Amino acid sequence: MLKKIIQQISPPFLKGTNIYKEEQELFNYRNLWIGVILLISFVSILPLLILTFLNLNIYEKYIQAEVEYPLVRLISNTQKSINFFITQKKSALKFIVLNTPYEEIKKTSVLGKIYLDLKTSFGNIVDLGIIDSQGIQINYVGPYELKGKNYKQQDWYKEVLIKEEYISDVFLGYRNTPHFTISIKQNISNGDFFILRTTIDTSQLINLLGSLELDENSDAFILNQNNVFQTPSKFFGEVLEIFSPQNIKCIPDSKICEFSDSTGKTWIFGKEKIKGTPFSFVLVKKPTILKSGLSILKKETLATLVLGIAIVLVVVVIISTKLVTKIYYADLRRAALIHKVEHTNKLASIGRLAAGVAHEINNPLAIINETAGLIKDIFTFSDQYKEDKKLLSLIDSILKQVDRCRTITHRLLGFARHIDVKIEEVDLQTLLEEVLSFLEKEAQYRDIHVNITKTQEIPLIQSDRSKLQQIFLNIINNAFAAVKKGGHIDITLDYLKEKDMVKVAIKDDGIGISPENLKKIFDPFFSTKKDQGGTGLGLSITYGLVKKLKGEIQVESQVGKGTTFFIFLPVKAKEA
Amino acid sequence: MRVLLVDDEQELVEALVERLKFRGIEADFATTKETALKLIQEKKYDVAVLDMKMPKISGLEIMEELKKIQPKLKIGFLTGHGSKEDLKECSLKGGCFYLVKPVDFEDFFNKLKELEEK
Repeated sequence: MLKKIIQQISPPFLKGTNIYKEEQELFNYRNLWIGVILLISFVSILPLLILTFLNLNIYEKYIQAEVEYPLVRLISNTQKSINFFITQKKSALKFIVLNTPYEEIKKTSVLGKIYLDLKTSFGNIVDLGIIDSQGIQINYVGPYELKGKNYKQQDWYKEVLIKEEYISDVFLGYRNTPHFTISIKQNISNGDFFILRTTIDTSQLINLLGSLELDENSDAFILNQNNVFQTPSKFFGEVLEIFSPQNIKCIPDSKICEFSDSTGKTWIFGKEKIKGTPFSFVLVKKPTILKSGLSILKKETLATLVLGIAIVLVVVVIISTKLVTKIYYADLRRAALIHKVEHTNKLASIGRLAAGVAHEINNPLAIINETAGLIKDIFTFSDQYKEDKKLLSLIDSILKQVDRCRTITHRLLGFARHIDVKIEEVDLQTLLEEVLSFLEKEAQYRDIHVNITKTQEIPLIQSDRSKLQQIFLNIINNAFAAVKKGGHIDITLDYLKEKDMVKVAIKDDGIGISPENLKKIFDPFFSTKKDQGGTGLGLSITYGLVKKLKGEIQVESQVGKGTTFFIFLPVKAKEA
Repeated sequence: MRVLLVDDEQELVEALVERLKFRGIEADFATTKETALKLIQEKKYDVAVLDMKMPKISGLEIMEELKKIQPKLKIGFLTGHGSKEDLKECSLKGGCFYLVKPVDFEDFFNKLKELEEK
């Protein structure tokens, strides 16, 4: 079944129908076909690929820019705000230590007033303490009893000694609320120093981040140097937990990176260190709709590309096949035409030769004829030989043979003369007899009985004698090929008055033609005798000739019973 | 009736002349154009039968020359081959006939008679 379908759709030039072997060698249709398909496919698919690639690339860059710039700007602005928030506190504390003498600030009443002022101004100050050079908190204002506490061994105290100022990481402390401290060292004139330390609630910082009005897919938080959350994160953990992104991939020349969380989800994030603090600000975003749109776009584009390529390939294959098939048939036709022209030329040469010979023979034949005739006359007109039957019969024999020769030479002349004739009046019966005379010998050898009958008087038809000869010779030849020894071929002539046409039926009792072959019988290159050198052109040429003469050709056949060809020819030649 | 036969094959025309004479028709023959012209100037002929193709000259040319001298001359052609195209005109007017060699003598004789009667 599948094999049959493949055979049906596979182009004719692949089936090896090479009647003209030399031509086929000169021209490999399979290679031409494949070459055309490859070339057209390449030429049409390459721009498609380039365009798709460029398009995707540009679109990706555009989307990146769309996502990246607002993010970068937001991060930078927020970092500045936080920086300002902390610097403000720091500056206030510096101002206090510079403008308040150590003796004054040691007094609880003074520190208390400063504490109240600061709390009024900034709101989120938890406590305020003064630590002397021994590390002992000598003065403290705040909610806890921390006066007299020794900080000498604590890390932050050591840091302040070196750096003059110190901002701590966020810690929870006694009330279990997150806060951090700012400490400022101030030297006193006698070489001694003291430290002003304040604890700041992080709620204001959290409020600051909250004021960013981030959408539900975004998260902003502050980390310390060890990636510990300094403010709570919406998605990744609480204060003092560790932020642990995985598979960080950063876009080159960009502050934006990608990471995946513990569940494997992809996020994009930007991080910027806050100047003068141990903190970094981080903004995290779910990949945006634009970004996910890109992957959909990529899929769709690729699907379109694949579909496009598939369509292009199908169209290219169809067009190339049709094209090469046309070329193949054109070449076959050309080859057949050359073949035919060669054949016609040969026929014409033979015709001319035959005419020349006939002409040359006609002259001596005429002399024999007239001389013998004269002898007969002499015998007939003289009393001496009039009664000599023997002599007269001999002379008659000569004349009869001359007559026979004349029939032959005249037929040869007639055949040659009609190689390039136009329309003339033709007696179909005579013409058919002429055609049959060429096959006479074969008919005798194979004992084929050929009859010409006519149902009524057949008018002369205006037609082309040579074309008619060719048509009938071809069909009768086919009939001869179809019948077995002792077969019959009946040719019937009929005049169809209402159509003013002559109908010639050529009926044989040969092998017949199967219905599926009958459909293709007039197609060029259709032949059941290819192995015997058939070109499949005979009947198609015959068909063309009949059409040229404004006639019709029909065929009826039954396998095993025989075939009948009907040829209808107009009595009056119509102008083409 | 007097007939002039022109053909380069002497044996042919001689035989034809004799056969015509047997049937009571006066006939002369010529094997060249010159002889033919000489004869036609001497005698009056009813019909001239010409070979279509003679050495160096065609039957049609001879016809032209003969008709200049005897315009009422009727013409018959004998030929070894060939097309009737050239003769369409004269056969339409009934002034000539055309036969392919070798001719059937009866046919030839009848055509001559027909031509004479016209």
